[in-house]
Amino acid sequence: MSASSLNRTLDGIEYEIVVGCEVHVQLLTKTKAFCACENRFGGIPNSRVCPVCLGLPGALPVVSAALVEGAIITGLALGSRVAEITKFDRKNYVYPDLPKGYQISQYDLPICVGGALEIAEGARAVGITRVHMEEDAGKSLHLEEAANASYVDFNRCGTPLLEIVSEPDMRSPEEAVAFVEGIREIMRYLEISDCNMEEGSLRCDANVNLRIHEGEKLFATPIVEIKNMNSFRAIRAALEFETDRQLAEWRSERLTLEAVGKSTRGFNDETGETVLQRTKEAASDYRYFPEPDLRPIEIGRELVEKLRSRVGELPAAKRERLKAQYGLSDFDAQTLVSSKAMSGYFEEAASGSRDPKKIANWILTEVRGVLNDRGIEITSFASPPEHLRELVDSIESGIISGKIAKDVFAEMAASGKRPSEIIRERGLSQIADEGELRRVVESVIAANEKSVTDYRAGRDHALKYLMGQVMKESRGRANPIAAARLLEERLNGR
Amino acid sequence: MITELSLSELRGGLRRGELTSAEIVSAFRDAYLADAKKEEPLGAYVEFFDDSVALAERADEARRAGEADAPLLGLPIAVKDNILVKGRALTCASRMLRGFTAPYSSTVIDRLLAAGMIPLGRTNMDEFAMGSSCEYSCYGPARNPADRTRTPGGSSGGSAAAVAGGLAPVALGSETGGSVRLPASFCGLYGLKPSYGSLSRYGLVAFGSSLDQIGLLGRSPEDLAVVFAAAAGRDPRDETSAATDFPAARAVLDGAELPARDFRGLKIAVPREFVPEGLEAEVSAVFDRFVRWARSRGAFVEIIDLPILEASVAIYYILAAAEASSNLARYDGVRYGLRAKEAGTLFEMYERTRSEGFGEEVRRRILIGNFVLSSGYYDAYYKKAQAVRALLLREVARVLAEHELILSPTAPTPAFKLGSKVRDPLAMYLSDVYTTFANLALLPSLSLPAGLSREGLPIGVQLTGRRFAEETLLSCAETWRREGGGG
Repeated sequence: MSASSLNRTLDGIEYEIVVGCEVHVQLLTKTKAFCACENRFGGIPNSRVCPVCLGLPGALPVVSAALVEGAIITGLALGSRVAEITKFDRKNYVYPDLPKGYQISQYDLPICVGGALEIAEGARAVGITRVHMEEDAGKSLHLEEAANASYVDFNRCGTPLLEIVSEPDMRSPEEAVAFVEGIREIMRYLEISDCNMEEGSLRCDANVNLRIHEGEKLFATPIVEIKNMNSFRAIRAALEFETDRQLAEWRSERLTLEAVGKSTRGFNDETGETVLQRTKEAASDYRYFPEPDLRPIEIGRELVEKLRSRVGELPAAKRERLKAQYGLSDFDAQTLVSSKAMSGYFEEAASGSRDPKKIANWILTEVRGVLNDRGIEITSFASPPEHLRELVDSIESGIISGKIAKDVFAEMAASGKRPSEIIRERGLSQIADEGELRRVVESVIAANEKSVTDYRAGRDHALKYLMGQVMKESRGRANPIAAARLLEERLNGR
Repeated sequence: MITELSLSELRGGLRRGELTSAEIVSAFRDAYLADAKKEEPLGAYVEFFDDSVALAERADEARRAGEADAPLLGLPIAVKDNILVKGRALTCASRMLRGFTAPYSSTVIDRLLAAGMIPLGRTNMDEFAMGSSCEYSCYGPARNPADRTRTPGGSSGGSAAAVAGGLAPVALGSETGGSVRLPASFCGLYGLKPSYGSLSRYGLVAFGSSLDQIGLLGRSPEDLAVVFAAAAGRDPRDETSAATDFPAARAVLDGAELPARDFRGLKIAVPREFVPEGLEAEVSAVFDRFVRWARSRGAFVEIIDLPILEASVAIYYILAAAEASSNLARYDGVRYGLRAKEAGTLFEMYERTRSEGFGEEVRRRILIGNFVLSSGYYDAYYKKAQAVRALLLREVARVLAEHELILSPTAPTPAFKLGSKVRDPLAMYLSDVYTTFANLALLPSLSLPAGLSREGLPIGVQLTGRRFAEETLLSCAETWRREGGGG
């Protein structure tokens, strides 16, 4: 797609929007990045802290292997080059929620460089500049009942973070949203992060400016970094607002990037506006230098290859394959690919099944229902995929009805027993034997003379009633198709 | 007298039942109390632990009950006030940390406590270990036992004054650029700065993290070997600590004698840059006498050119200040220590807290550090200093490939008068002219008492070895102690 087709025109000004994103993602590791404290959201303030994450005098960080592995996996998923040697640096700035007075981050030797993320069904690619590791800060609390005091909760301090920096490749607010959604899909799929924007486990800043085309001349408006966008809706709204604002500013003041530089604005969710926070002059000098407390990390190629095999097929490709291979709908494929474990469960259950689509339906309704009710992941689900396959096949081959299958499923999910075992133990298999079915039909006809008369008088609803009686008599086990055929034959005097 | 005995002699006395731990600790406590009453007390301790005698009595009980398997049970040690001992105050001799109690123990202290040692108290120091005279202390200076009008050296001046003044048998200090060896030289002690990585830095308050090491001060090489062996070893809480084994030192801890090194064939390099024409005559005389002694024992002492050494003080003060500016950013009044009152805004609180809490020298180094790291100056200062450090590492390694030791005076002068350099930071910085290269090059370095000036002031000589060759330094120093050190 050529760049010019992405240009827009408003009141005679031809312009294009240029957006780059910095996405921060908290990792789902057991421990914090540099100490043994548990890594978990929330909790009683300052209950998950130690000398290291509190930055007490004399304490030293030790890097978590899970952080490094998570970063490598992410880089591999984004097609980045994984560095052979990487190191940490100190980013120095002062804030009450940053107890050491510096953040351990990465500056000039990030763990992953380059790569791309496809958006718009592969029609567009957004370049990845780098992925680097760092630690999160604490949280300042300003309580209404204590107007003269502020508090700091250090529980979040030291939570492992990845910062994913994109190239300025996005040309609309929608593309920016698609990019962040794409990052979220991959991180969730690989179980690197839960990417919950409300809890802040995925946070996004965007750099945006406009390229103004005036004939042959090209101007760039000052770059604005937008912070505090806490939802996908906010990302879109902030970028739309900022585009309009920059366009108006260009019209009235013709300020350029060269003249003004970069500034930072915060998005206000309530007003839908961005507000100036910092101009270029006020920008911090972070005085980066190599973190002397941590040794540079050599990343062996064996580790990279081991982790590459764990990445495997990525969600976008898997989605397309599931649709093609199993005839699934867009929605079903998308939902199954929400996590690697979920799609893996589906594929195992579907392999050798007569009806993969039915398997998908069962997973998306019944299995997900159980997972939601119990608040568990598919990996802790009691029934292995082959049990679900057996259950669905039992319906297909007429051993049980769809209705009884739900009862069997409930017990499977509770006990982890094989469906065939449950069917046998509880005598639930369908009666398909004609002799047995005939005996049931005879006994129903004998007991319902009035309905038989009604039917023969042409009242069709009587057939439904009699059929219901057959199912009742057989405690639901009569094969409904065979039973209906026998009943009709008998009533019609054949 | 108990207070004049070495740690090893005290250990022997305990083992033979001639002494009790309570007697030992009481003797040092009484000496401390007596000294404190003097007109010009040594100022070695900022706190002598009240409960040390009680801890000693408990150690005696354990020994009587036959539970004396801890190798240093009941032996006391003084601890510099920048090494955390759980439950004790810790200030780094700074107003900034007034009221701070250590919530955990440093790894080195944990290991010494496990070996049975008893901390006697916290020793005086230059604030945050920045200084060479122990005068930049919020408690006032420590004094040199050899001449109380003079400095004991710094920054571990209190530790040196305590050991030399008979207030402790052995002490922990810390080094970033000579802070153990300089006081050892000024006070006539043996002082060891281990290789970077030999002792865990966990629980040592950081100054220049790529240079910092806990060090030891004592009256004999054997005393240093014993404590070093008990404290050394890889610490999973410090990524920069090394998994190196020191079997000879460990054997001394287990009761063997520290072997003396045969000097025959020992190749020693003396950098010309460290024995300049203008070297003070008395330092030069003591140094020459040591060289003659080493040669007489069969060592090959060769004068070599190592011009990169002339850059060591400059790059040291850039790199140490840069790291310090970051390491000391955490003292902001938010969580612990001093918080300035009556600040209107957050940044006013920061400003006032740090202006009130830090002394002038600490503020100076923070400013230097922030300057050399700031954009626009980073390349000219920090980055260049890092490059020169890498070059220095290579050049020194080249010399040590051919020679086993680098020999030099420890300091350019004997102990100077209190007050004589405190207003002249550059003159003060030059006290470290021979020591900083070992920190920059990550090498072990030991100062031994080589002689006295005409005024009776101790003068030290410094042995620097290959990385993790602490045992070589200790054994060479032991040879000197047995053969010449007494004379």
